[in-house]
Amino acid sequence: MAAANAKIKVPEKAKKGEVIEIKTSIVHDMESGQRKDSGDKLIPRRIINKFQCKYNGVEVFRMDMQSAVAANPYISFFTVATESGKIELMWYDDNGEVYTATSQIIVE
Amino acid sequence: MAGNHFKILQLSRRRALTVLGGVACAGLLPAAASATPAEAEAMIKSLIGAAAPAEGKIQLKLPQIADNGATVPLRVTVDSPMTEADHVKVIHVVAEGNPAPGVASFHFTPRSGKADVSTRIRLGKTQYVHAVAVMNNGSVWHAKEEVKVTVGGC
Repeated sequence: MAAANAKIKVPEKAKKGEVIEIKTSIVHDMESGQRKDSGDKLIPRRIINKFQCKYNGVEVFRMDMQSAVAANPYISFFTVATESGKIELMWYDDNGEVYTATSQIIVE
Repeated sequence: MAGNHFKILQLSRRRALTVLGGVACAGLLPAAASATPAEAEAMIKSLIGAAAPAEGKIQLKLPQIADNGATVPLRVTVDSPMTEADHVKVIHVVAEGNPAPGVASFHFTPRSGKADVSTRIRLGKTQYVHAVAVMNNGSVWHAKEEVKVTVGGC
């Protein structure tokens, strides 16, 4: 696991039951596998193929991605603030690497 | 005489530039051909099985005109209380004019609170983008939106 080169926006505080928005954007070329280099050879595909959000270890949102997701993937989604703890964001690269970013939330 | 000679030179230089410009453009074009609406439909079938999608429930927000196909904002929302008894399980997004029709699938649980996601996608040319939502009771909903793409980006 590597630290993600990402910008994340997760609320630090929320009321119990509140629906909170999480915004993320990670630096990644999302090489589609359809482009050719100067020597007319196909550049192999290398994208982030999956994004996942875990709230205290439980998956609350997941996105499967194909080459048609733009470079530096931006994702905004929602989740219910159920309890204080850890919100973990994970991006899965084609090359097997997993990038993570973690945020703490206080739920009152 | 000298004036004429100059004119010919100028013309040929302009033509040379045009030809060079054409070569540069061709180099930027995607290598693969586009998918077809039929392929997109087949892809949707493979994702949702035999269920017959009904129109409605989904709001698919895309620009009518995308100047840059390399990054087109997309937002999908589905009317759903997102309770244990009634929630959206997954939304699939398929683009019928891209080299490959698949774009993304968003998976939800009742803990998502609402089915509302935004991202940015690539579109190779002017085409319809489809969204299909599968609910926990097995019902399937469909929406599509046309995007006119000025410069494709795949």
